[in-house]
Amino acid sequence: MRTARLLAAIATPAVIAAVPAGHAQEAPRPYVVVGDAIPASLTGQSGDAARGRAIVADRQVGLCLLCHAGPFPEARLPGNLAPPLDGAGARWSAGQLRLRIVDAARLNPDTIMPPYYRTTGLQRVAPSFAGKPILSAAQIEDVVAFLATLKH
Amino acid sequence: MNRRQRSAASRTAVAALAAAVAVTVTVALAQTPPGTTGDARRSGYHDMGPALRAMQDDDSANPAMLWVRDGEALWNRRLGAAAKACADCHGSAASMAGVAARYPAFDAQLGRPVSLEERINLCRTDRQKAEALAGGSRELLALSAYVALQSRGRPIAPPDDERLRSYVAAGEALFKRRLGQLNLSCAQCHDDNGGRRLGGALIPQAHPTAYPIYRLEWQGLGSLKRRLRGCLVGVRAEPFADDAPEYVSLELFLMRRARGMTLEAPGVRP
Ligand code: HEC
Ligand code: HEC
Ligand code: HEC
Repeated sequence: MRTARLLAAIATPAVIAAVPAGHAQEAPRPYVVVGDAIPASLTGQSGDAARGRAIVADRQVGLCLLCHAGPFPEARLPGNLAPPLDGAGARWSAGQLRLRIVDAARLNPDTIMPPYYRTTGLQRVAPSFAGKPILSAAQIEDVVAFLATLKH
Repeated sequence: MNRRQRSAASRTAVAALAAAVAVTVTVALAQTPPGTTGDARRSGYHDMGPALRAMQDDDSANPAMLWVRDGEALWNRRLGAAAKACADCHGSAASMAGVAARYPAFDAQLGRPVSLEERINLCRTDRQKAEALAGGSRELLALSAYVALQSRGRPIAPPDDERLRSYVAAGEALFKRRLGQLNLSCAQCHDDNGGRRLGGALIPQAHPTAYPIYRLEWQGLGSLKRRLRGCLVGVRAEPFADDAPEYVSLELFLMRRARGMTLEAPGVRP
């Protein structure tokens, strides 16, 4: 069943256990918010858009397509819980995109978008994920670099 | 079987069943949705495609009926130090009509609410003087499915029991609490986004109308507790311990939230 298989990314123990969480080992580094943005790169370097695309398209790493559609012709059945990512790079600066991924709740306390680079204020996090952000600083820079290319 | 094989197997099974029971699809579609007019509540049954609805509706196609058959045999089997069958005390299973519609219920002796599975297990240990069945064991699921089937078609009717109140409140609070690394509450998906898609999965409203369910993803029968555990793991939260009071609280809250909706156990889900 297609439905069952896709949901497995979010609701099946066996699959979740196999999620490569190992990418995001280190605890978050401090960052500075200016207005509605984090202007400086989390790593001090710019990310790689191709790697960022792969992260966004992978439902077990980025998880983005569980909620967002976007320019991914290969992706079957994206979710419809959030606005499409098309044109995100035209709507937002890199710094604005960075804050939205790092901790979208800073802009909308009721958001369902997970805080990709926050480990505090969370409850009952499963031990294998505890203390780790969903994406590492380097992964977030890759995703920002990719989103910035989405001009339409 | 690995995941791919299982998906393939279930796809074949569904296709075969869909073909076999295509005629009953119209019957399924004609069934009136639960609740009264203007009631926006919707069983997960109505979020499924016609093939799965047909599978649930046709007892000869619904895989859960295999467990029901086992349950019937167990109902009549004398066992334990008391050498009693359920039937020796309860008579025909028809005596269980309506019971599943009002569980979990408060157990005065234990001084806390118990789920239907736990209630059955209490009769195992206290009345039959037999070993308790493991949670999630085939036998306990079989007995639960058999008992639940006796309430099929009845409205969910949770008791107005003062002693349950604090547990229901705890369940509601838990339903609204963000959990896990993904920081999502049950309510954010099931109240706020029911009917939308999480990837390819339609988010149901989470009404416990069909439990225990035969879930294609599991290739087997499972309890509501197992379903809840799946959602907890999905948001990368640590599931509660198997005997934790949180599950019965959530179940109590979900049953109140679904009050008046029609029981359709044992159901089928993707
Ligand atoms: C659980 C659902 C969910 C997931 C997973 C998710 N988002 Fe979001 N996202 C949202 C929602 C809902 C919004 C709308 C704004 C809000 O409610 O905060 C949003 C907003 C955004 C925005 C700004 C909206 C705009 O106008 O373009 C961007 C960019 C974004 N998300 C990127 C991502 C990326 C990249 C990922 C994966 C790394 C991701 N999101 C994962 C739910 C999600
Ligand atoms: C020796 C007699 C005896 C046997 C054997 C027995 N029960 Fe019971 N059962 C009772 C009695 C008495 C009650 C009601 C009161 C109580 O225990 O609190 C009860 C209550 C129940 C209830 C709750 C009914 C309600 O209205 O809340 C269920 C469900 C149940 N039994 C199922 C079973 C099943 C399934 C079996 C076989 C595995 C079984 N019982 C075996 C005596 C028995
Ligand atoms: C990220 C969204 C999300 C969250 C958060 C979530 N669930 Fe679910 N839940 C789902 C999806 C999707 C399904 C359907 C799975 C399928 O199609 O196989 C589901 C199924 C269910 C069902 C089965 C409904 C039926 O028709 O049988 C119940 C009950 C349920 N969830 C309860 C809960 C509870 C309680 C919580 C909080 C502890 C919770 N869920 C958290 C997405 C979620």
